[in-house]
Amino acid sequence: MTDSSGTKSMSIIVTKGSLDWAYPPFILSTTAAAMGLNVTLFFTFYGLSLLLKDLDLKMTPLGNPAMKMPMMGGHMGMPNFASMIPGVDAGATVMMQNMMKKKGVASIPELRALALESEVRMIACQMTMDLFEYTLDDMIPGIELGGAATYIEVATQSEINLFI
Amino acid sequence: MADQTLDAKGLNCPLPILKAKKALTAMPAGATLEILATDPGAVKDFAAFSRTTGHELVEQSVDGNVYRFVLKRKA
Repeated sequence: MTDSSGTKSMSIIVTKGSLDWAYPPFILSTTAAAMGLNVTLFFTFYGLSLLLKDLDLKMTPLGNPAMKMPMMGGHMGMPNFASMIPGVDAGATVMMQNMMKKKGVASIPELRALALESEVRMIACQMTMDLFEYTLDDMIPGIELGGAATYIEVATQSEINLFI
Repeated sequence: MADQTLDAKGLNCPLPILKAKKALTAMPAGATLEILATDPGAVKDFAAFSRTTGHELVEQSVDGNVYRFVLKRKA
């Protein structure tokens, strides 16, 4: 909503909780906040894990033919069966984290802290909290609980509404 | 000479913007912030940041692989 001070708003529904998919919502929300927007993130289903006090983000090449890592001067994908081998997903996660560190990409804990600092409003979906048996004690402080109607109200007042 | 310099070299999107915003917030209106960055995406991003926020991009240059921006904090 463009309020009386001319401030615009953005909302994002955050549905994914893997290391790679954690980036778009936190990058866009921190940047929008830096550009003066009011930002609300609504975390539902697997997105809830991005609010856990103990972040343990992982990723998998399984079912992701587009995931090709720079390797030996080229780019290498991984066949699906490789993910069945113990340690392959953990290896892919470590490889991604190292690559990000080397390229000066912020970590998710860092971006999440910056989002909280810049007053990005974070709402955890009450229904999926119940479904997965999470309580507010599992989550970082400063978040609130809400449902679909809470999100829709925010969305009707925002210029930008994204689903990630 | 800018009033303050932010070394954002080696940092990738969106960190140069986030750190610039943080620095600008702590500065008085009219003060200038020089940002040094190596992220080529910063060129378009600082222009967009300036247009959206109203902090004027008063100078811009490149020296080798280092991009330099000077933002003037809006009133």
